[in-house]
Amino acid sequence: MEAEERSSQASALIDARGLTRRFGDFVAVDGIDVTVGPGEVFGLLGANGAGKTTAIRMLCGTLAPTAGSIMVAGQDMARHARRARGQIGYVAQRFALYGDLTVRENLRLQAGLYGLAGGRSRERIQWALTHLALADVAERMAGMLPLGYQRRLALAAALLHEPKVLFLDEPTSGVDPMARQQFWELIYGLADSGIAILVTTHYMNEALFCDRIALMDAGRIVVEDDPAALAHRSLSTPILSLKSEGGGTLVQELRQWPEVLEMIPSAGQLRIRLRGGCDATALASRIRGLADESGVAPLKLEQVDPEFEDVVVAILEASQQERSA
Amino acid sequence: MNAVRLSLIRLWALLGKEFRQMLRDPRMRFFIIVPPLVQLVIFGYAATFDVRVADVAVVDEANIAASRELIDAVAATGHFRLTHVGDMDAAEHLLERSDVRAILRFPWDFDGTGQLQLIGDGSDSNSAQLVMGQLSATLRDHLLQNRQPPLELITRAWFNQNLEDRYYFVPGIMANVVLIATMILVAMTVVREREHGTLERLMVTPLAKLEFIVGKLIPVALIGLFDVILITLVAVYLFDVPFRGSFMALVAGTMLYLMSTLGMGLLISSYASTQQQAMLTAFFFLMPMVILSGFAFPIRNMPEWIQYVTYLDPLRYYLVVVRDLFLKGGGLASHPFQFGMMGLLGSSALGLSLFRLR
Repeated sequence: MEAEERSSQASALIDARGLTRRFGDFVAVDGIDVTVGPGEVFGLLGANGAGKTTAIRMLCGTLAPTAGSIMVAGQDMARHARRARGQIGYVAQRFALYGDLTVRENLRLQAGLYGLAGGRSRERIQWALTHLALADVAERMAGMLPLGYQRRLALAAALLHEPKVLFLDEPTSGVDPMARQQFWELIYGLADSGIAILVTTHYMNEALFCDRIALMDAGRIVVEDDPAALAHRSLSTPILSLKSEGGGTLVQELRQWPEVLEMIPSAGQLRIRLRGGCDATALASRIRGLADESGVAPLKLEQVDPEFEDVVVAILEASQQERSA
Repeated sequence: MNAVRLSLIRLWALLGKEFRQMLRDPRMRFFIIVPPLVQLVIFGYAATFDVRVADVAVVDEANIAASRELIDAVAATGHFRLTHVGDMDAAEHLLERSDVRAILRFPWDFDGTGQLQLIGDGSDSNSAQLVMGQLSATLRDHLLQNRQPPLELITRAWFNQNLEDRYYFVPGIMANVVLIATMILVAMTVVREREHGTLERLMVTPLAKLEFIVGKLIPVALIGLFDVILITLVAVYLFDVPFRGSFMALVAGTMLYLMSTLGMGLLISSYASTQQQAMLTAFFFLMPMVILSGFAFPIRNMPEWIQYVTYLDPLRYYLVVVRDLFLKGGGLASHPFQFGMMGLLGSSALGLSLFRLR
């Protein structure tokens, strides 16, 4: 068992231990461990300011950690940063290529920066143009392209040198759902070819696409698991789903109840999260009674299984309570 | 060997990108060519200390042969347009209204000896000095020639016989234009990358800091050199300013000077986070550098402690080199002090900015 764990670590393409970054008194990232193997899609999830971007900057080698070690594709980031960077592909959160260069010129620059020249460079650029469906816009200025194209160009630029590790910082923010779907298909394809992929996101439904996710809060990883397993965790906070017409006054009333933690509108229904340890059935009949009194009907009310998002919210809440305690 | 090859591939890629961006941007093309020429034309034609023709009021109360002879001598120089008025009240009125720049008065008791009066308009002290200087020189020369035995003072200004101010200004413009263009360009191109997030993106690649800096500096240095050659050609062929020195010395001096201007541009970029900040910081340094360089005000006339400060101004040295190369001649070995100081200041600025950008 122990031996097996060690060998899986040895083959890990990203292996960071005790990664910490302080800015003055503020601890942005607080001793996290990140291990990603070949072919694995690892998601770093968390609210803005949770430390995702600081973590990814350290892993890419643009920000020196205050403490901890980083190995990328077998290279020590602290000692051989340039060699490690040669193994990394990076897609920044905002479009960080040159808008006043054409798609092809951008790719040519990136190829050169990774030491590709001559026939090899042309070959890889051709591959990228074809594989990421950019051939039609190859001679267009990158700045004039729609966002979806720019994202694909950024990904193409990150893949020219055939990196072993790919970092994607919020790669789909602002992209329409169709393009987002296509983007994830590309990512799966890359993972199948054996690349280790680390992606940050704040879209809950995207986290479900990952093989493994780590949830960050206040610089720490509070939970790390397979998202499917995470979604099936039982919660101590039951959830009721309410569907009603003209239930405005009912909602006002429910908000006052101490048992009700939060009410989230979701697809025409109202998801009512109850405080931990509540008897959901008893509460449901109380709500029905209240609804009859105020003449709100017809009414559908039932206890439902928690969704992935509910689990994540509950975990974050627990973490925040622990911190404030 | 392979490391060098990879380094050259990276540098080549970056240079290709820099040149494309610069030459593609219409504002940049404009910035490289138009301001140098505009400045050259303005200073070449408009900025002059010469008194071409000055209006002077003449009050000849004596009205004798001697006074008339002197007035004729003044008129004969062609530098003065004389207005004869009857009395001092009328003359003062003209001076107050700035219709004349000076009053020349021969009192009623003037008989060829005695006193003459010359009044200038001190509200414009610079031109008053020039007009009064030229007027009194004319009078003095005339009187010396007519004394017995006659005495003649032969004056000659070497290197610039006619004391053309253009000759003096045009080389100075060159030094200024190169300073402004290269310092601002470097600062702007680096800060723009920081603003757009492309700098961080570059730092994720194997591109080394030094490769990045060299890739940024070479295109701007070439633009600086291009501006120097452009201005030299225009100065020589359009403004007839002589160029008597060695062209190689001009190129070498310019390169040493560029080390300072580029180094300062980089240094500014290491502090500024937006292009506006970079621009403002650059101008904050530009003004004192120009004023302390001796471009318009002679360094020897400055208070002593300020004269020491001017030793830190690379423009001061380049100005001497360029003026001498245009007007006096000289070669690579003729300005060891200036070349040495520019090299010293340049390597300090570059070294400091390298350290800062780490």
